[in-house]
Amino acid sequence: MMIMENNSIIQVKNLTKRFGKFTAVDDISFNVKKGEIFGLLGPNGAGKSTTLRVLSTLARPTKGTAVIGGYDILKNDNEVRKLIGIVSEKMIMYNRLTAAENLRFFGNLFNIPKDVLNKRIDELLELVQLTKWKNSQVGTFSTGMRQRINVVRALLNMPQVLFLDEPTLGLDPQSSVEIREFVKKLNQENGTTVLITTHMMVDADLLCDRIAIVDHGKIVALDTSTNLKKTISGADTTIISLELANLNQELIDTVRKLDCVDSVTQENSMHLRIIVHGSEAFDSVLDSVRVKKGKINSVQNLQPTLEDVFLHITGHQVRDVADQKIPMETRRRFGQRPQARGR
Amino acid sequence: MGAKNLLSHSFRIAAKDLTELFRNRLGLVLLIVMPLFMMVMVGFIYPSNGSTLTNLPIGLVNEDLSYNSSTIPSPSQAFIMRLQAFNAQTNMLKLSNVSTVDDIKDMVQRGELNGGIIISSNFSESIMTGQQGVLIIMSDQSNPQVSATVQAALSAVFDQMGTQLAIQNVQPLNATNPLAVVKPYNVQTQGVVSGTPSYFDFIAPGIIAMTVMMSVMTGLPVAISQEKEIGTMDGMMVAPINRLSIILGKTMGQVARGLIQGVIILVLAVGLFGVTIHGNILLVFGLLLLGIFSFVGLGIVITSFTKDQETAQMLMMTLMFPMMFLSGVFFPIQQMPWYMQGVSKFLPLTYAADALRKVMVLGAGIPEISTELIILITFGVVMTVIAVPVFRRMMTR
Repeated sequence: MMIMENNSIIQVKNLTKRFGKFTAVDDISFNVKKGEIFGLLGPNGAGKSTTLRVLSTLARPTKGTAVIGGYDILKNDNEVRKLIGIVSEKMIMYNRLTAAENLRFFGNLFNIPKDVLNKRIDELLELVQLTKWKNSQVGTFSTGMRQRINVVRALLNMPQVLFLDEPTLGLDPQSSVEIREFVKKLNQENGTTVLITTHMMVDADLLCDRIAIVDHGKIVALDTSTNLKKTISGADTTIISLELANLNQELIDTVRKLDCVDSVTQENSMHLRIIVHGSEAFDSVLDSVRVKKGKINSVQNLQPTLEDVFLHITGHQVRDVADQKIPMETRRRFGQRPQARGR
Repeated sequence: MGAKNLLSHSFRIAAKDLTELFRNRLGLVLLIVMPLFMMVMVGFIYPSNGSTLTNLPIGLVNEDLSYNSSTIPSPSQAFIMRLQAFNAQTNMLKLSNVSTVDDIKDMVQRGELNGGIIISSNFSESIMTGQQGVLIIMSDQSNPQVSATVQAALSAVFDQMGTQLAIQNVQPLNATNPLAVVKPYNVQTQGVVSGTPSYFDFIAPGIIAMTVMMSVMTGLPVAISQEKEIGTMDGMMVAPINRLSIILGKTMGQVARGLIQGVIILVLAVGLFGVTIHGNILLVFGLLLLGIFSFVGLGIVITSFTKDQETAQMLMMTLMFPMMFLSGVFFPIQQMPWYMQGVSKFLPLTYAADALRKVMVLGAGIPEISTELIILITFGVVMTVIAVPVFRRMMTR
């Protein structure tokens, strides 16, 4: 029954999910090794969350299937459910129940014996330093506290595979760090396999053993963070950071038109981030800037980031799409105050 | 094992829902206040102690002025005297003398009178010459209900007065029982149970059935779509439980909520408005549960087709409104035109209200309401058979 091809705990086979005419997940296949932290990186709307919902049996695939821990998600959905835990973007917590009541309710659905469950609830609350709030209603918790207990909820059945859907979305930097460290610890100490979706480069970079870059429902690259970065910082490709005192649109256009330039990103009023290829590229860029009377303050040769990789492969930035979603949510939450846009 | 798990998970979900309900103070208050309002409103609009019409302002026109004698009162004057004597006992009318018919019309239009009595010009002459005297009751059509009451009340008064007069007239015939000569039929009305049920007795069972069933029917889609919206539904869906236990648990929670409301109304009806329950109280609750069962399927189907709470609520309101008026809760179905009666036959509430009325007012037992029971069970089974696969499909889109 437990057939594991080359110790992969998750095998995704030609998974497709359509909503009407829109194809959210387009014939993707990948394997996740046991004990691995695997990241699905991509902008919102790329199909990451849908993939995760299908894998966690919350949605049915239109085509294809996946096997988790030896069980098919379509044929043995309840067996799969026993093996997995899910932390979704939305809080799975009842505001009017206390922390302990929430955990007990979800634990009971897994048929965990009462004494075992009570002990586990205490341990889990201790683990995320919420013991003090055990008997407080979750509605009174801060966002950080809520996300911590939300993560712990997914661990009640001691899952072999933990699905995390944008676990740091909307959290302050400190809470994000806490969640990342917690996931890492869980992975190292319990050997829990983690499948995480994110559009945050930091999350993917710091956490994941391997990263699948997803765009428009397809996996466009899959490798370790280091190897992905190598694809653009090989012998041929260079990333230049250029600081110009008189940066203007004409200069940007001039640089962008050069044959050796793959992409140009304006980072702020003075900085350009330029990905180039070819041995002469560095000189051509500087020459063309000088011809146009650009005043160069400094030039740096940069290490590539995942952002560069994403840009290089897909031709657009993660933020291009991701940003569309965040301001909308912010606007809803804060009304029409433009200064409250930042998170 | 499977069934045991199904039930135990359902109970957990129901218990969770009820805990949430009881911690929502405002919601809890409304849960009690809503049926209270309903009951008080209906209870006081339709007073329970029968006809309490008093002091209806009525204009009196005597057009018959031909027979004027100071010693013997004319038949019309005799009529007025009898009317006043009769009214002195009942205080039903507040009579005022008006000179012409047009004045009555004016005063009705001004709202000073609810109607008028007109003694026709040849009244006395007709009676003296052995013919019928004509009395006209003038009614205010702008208020059909008051006008109907006035007409009925006055007709009854005149009828009684006419009978009295007739008895006097037949006296010379030396009949042993003059009344038997004048009115050969002695009509008596008797209810199936003792006492005189009021409109409120008619309406209370219907309101109880309606509140309970509708509270479940609206509560269920709202409860489920709310969990879908806030995301907690995923938490249940990702647990290795039978999908049925989610719907079953949710339903049990709502049924408990509905029954709490039902009990509140029942207590209010009995305590505050003097409704008497003639039948078995357990049968009353059994019927309420059956009524809920017949509705739940419909609620689930609607839940499955609506994506968010708002749509669910609006859809339920759209369905509930006609149901309230067509199922004979407020107005007897027999009063409706045939096509509306046809529609009402397809509403489970019609049968639940009817059966409940039979049990509460007439003291019926199971055999007497077997038709309603069979229809309700059939309705429930058919709806559930439709609802379960629809719900399963909705759960894993």
